[in-house]
Amino acid sequence: MRYPSFLQRTADRADVQPVRVLTFSINGVTVSAREDETILTVARQNGISIPTLCHLDGLSERGACRLCIVEIKGSPKLSPACVTLPRQDMEIITHSDRVMDYRRKILELLFTERNHVCSVCVSNGHCDLQALTVELGMTHVHYDYLHPQQMVDASHERFSVDHNRCVLCQRCVRVCDEIEGAHTWDVMGRGHLAKVITDLNEPWGESTTCTGCGKCVQVCPTGALSEKGKSVAEMTKKRLFLPYLKLMRGEEER
Amino acid sequence: MTRTIEIKPVTRIEGHGKITITLDDSGSVTDAKLHVTQFRGFEKFCEGRPFYEMPSLVERICGICPVSHSLASAKACDSILGVRIPKPAKKLRRLLNCGEFIESHALSFFHLSGPDLAMGFDSDPAERNIFGLAKKAPSIAMDGIRLRKIGQQIIEFCTGKRIHPAWVVPGGVNKPLTEEIRDSLLAIVPEGYSIIRRTLDWFKGSLENYREEIRSFGNFPTLFVGLVNGDGNLEHVEGNLRFIDSKGSIILDQANCENYHDYICEKTEDWSYLKSPYFKSLGYPDGIYRSGPAARLNVCNGCGTSQADQEWAEFRELERGPVLSSFYNHYARLVEILYCLEIVESLLNDPDILSPHIRSFARNNEFEGVGVVEAPRGLLIHHYRVNDQGLITWANMIVATGNNNLAMNRGILQVARRFIKGDKISDHSLNRMEGLIRAFDPCLSCSTHAISGPGLKVELLNHEGIVLDETFF
Repeated sequence: MRYPSFLQRTADRADVQPVRVLTFSINGVTVSAREDETILTVARQNGISIPTLCHLDGLSERGACRLCIVEIKGSPKLSPACVTLPRQDMEIITHSDRVMDYRRKILELLFTERNHVCSVCVSNGHCDLQALTVELGMTHVHYDYLHPQQMVDASHERFSVDHNRCVLCQRCVRVCDEIEGAHTWDVMGRGHLAKVITDLNEPWGESTTCTGCGKCVQVCPTGALSEKGKSVAEMTKKRLFLPYLKLMRGEEER
Repeated sequence: MTRTIEIKPVTRIEGHGKITITLDDSGSVTDAKLHVTQFRGFEKFCEGRPFYEMPSLVERICGICPVSHSLASAKACDSILGVRIPKPAKKLRRLLNCGEFIESHALSFFHLSGPDLAMGFDSDPAERNIFGLAKKAPSIAMDGIRLRKIGQQIIEFCTGKRIHPAWVVPGGVNKPLTEEIRDSLLAIVPEGYSIIRRTLDWFKGSLENYREEIRSFGNFPTLFVGLVNGDGNLEHVEGNLRFIDSKGSIILDQANCENYHDYICEKTEDWSYLKSPYFKSLGYPDGIYRSGPAARLNVCNGCGTSQADQEWAEFRELERGPVLSSFYNHYARLVEILYCLEIVESLLNDPDILSPHIRSFARNNEFEGVGVVEAPRGLLIHHYRVNDQGLITWANMIVATGNNNLAMNRGILQVARRFIKGDKISDHSLNRMEGLIRAFDPCLSCSTHAISGPGLKVELLNHEGIVLDETFF
């Protein structure tokens, strides 16, 4: 079964009308946007950078990583900018001390859940997670590492999945479902026991649905999915296919 | 009444270890041991990892000789790929290895042993360190620092990183050498030559001062092992194994490294994490052999480069037959630095070195691979098995330092017997025990990876040396 993506869900909402234009403020600057645009989209349109990990232009939103949380005046909780729609006169703060502190904590917790050892990772130097630590100024992990026993599945002829490096962003799940249309990837289990699986938790190499297109590998933010034979720091991801494909398909649909 | 003396930690070496000496009623030394007290366990936790990650993974064993580990590992992985690597890649790997030998040998000779050698084993312990050396003999200290830098620059210029470069990969290396880098490397070689020539002259002239140390630092008959090339000359990266006995007769020649387990066995002891390899056909402990700089110069027919060959001939004149005293490892290190500088120069002048054809590609075609190189400290063996997915299922590493474990222990006993008299242990005798260890330049933190042994034994002794309690962990 397909996940209803966030964009589909907003399209279904009766109270959201794409034509209505709202005015609100981000970091004290007055901005305007269509009612169906997310805070993240509007912020980026206005040159305000909000860190993200699970978000990828061209894929539906999932709100999985919570790194894009922002403060909304009057609301006690922090809201993820990628799946929150603005309201009229909303006052949004994207980089308060509180927000930055929580973002760093979230990032630290991501590091504790799996075995992210950058120095011996195929994606060292080309990793979204690693880049975020620099961007957010994360210097230490203040929580205990869980050091879970995770497997590497290298049964596929060309690719391998190293669950030690996975942050459960579900980019692979979405690109496989939404762009390739194969829906080989899925998530099994709950909480920190959750993991990405191919087909019904079968070895990737035995998957009957996988087309071997490699889109999942290219969108993976870390070294979790990689091309076999790449040595440490050699895995660079090519992601330009995604906007190209979206563009071409958009034209076809017109 | 027996007494046990502990020297802990052993200083100016790489890693952590301690020495225990046992005395009998009359205060004579009955036993002495080197305990390697830290555990690293790479053999175990590499299991399950993809083999093409191994060269970088095992580099983390050591910050001094990561290149040796990556080369041994990459050679094992080449076998798993089942390919021949391109000739330029072989040359680039050799160039990199020379950089490491220069920096590692310089570190051992100048930074770690330099204070003993230039200031004397009996000098003030508070001053007997690299800073004291810089005060007492600034030109020697400067030479050491410069020479080490030259070695590290070779590594950095080739790979982009001084320590733990991710450049050596299964199938070759991952970036070719540019003309600019080749030229800047060629520019630093002459300074290396002048430093090593100066140092050789000084050290050879001062050998007279160490007569006692030469006589007692691991001066006993053992076998020697080293890699030799097809001509029987000195070899660090390729080549086959040669064993000689203490008289210099070749007992095994051009032995294929892949069959190392036919010649070398490993024994574990309950008092050290370090395994004790020995020559199989002679059994334990008669199969004691030595590896490392002096052993390499002992086993080979020559160096194959003009300047180093002259020094080699002079070195071999020290004794009839193989040079037995491990003190001469210091001397051999200098000869090897000279050899490496000559190799660097000849490789850089070879047009092949700029070739972009530096990597062979394949998937895992074999299920097992052995890679053997000479690390600065001695023979280094990496042996992996993989499953059909290319994930490591089993790894064995015989690390350079381990090869000398038996010899280091026997050497400590020899030094202890020579320098410890009665129940007074002077600083001077303690420093000589450490000096003996330093002559082998062991890297203890590099060397302990097997998890299957019985582990370390801790003994609780009372003032009379009676064992009150013991436990394993």
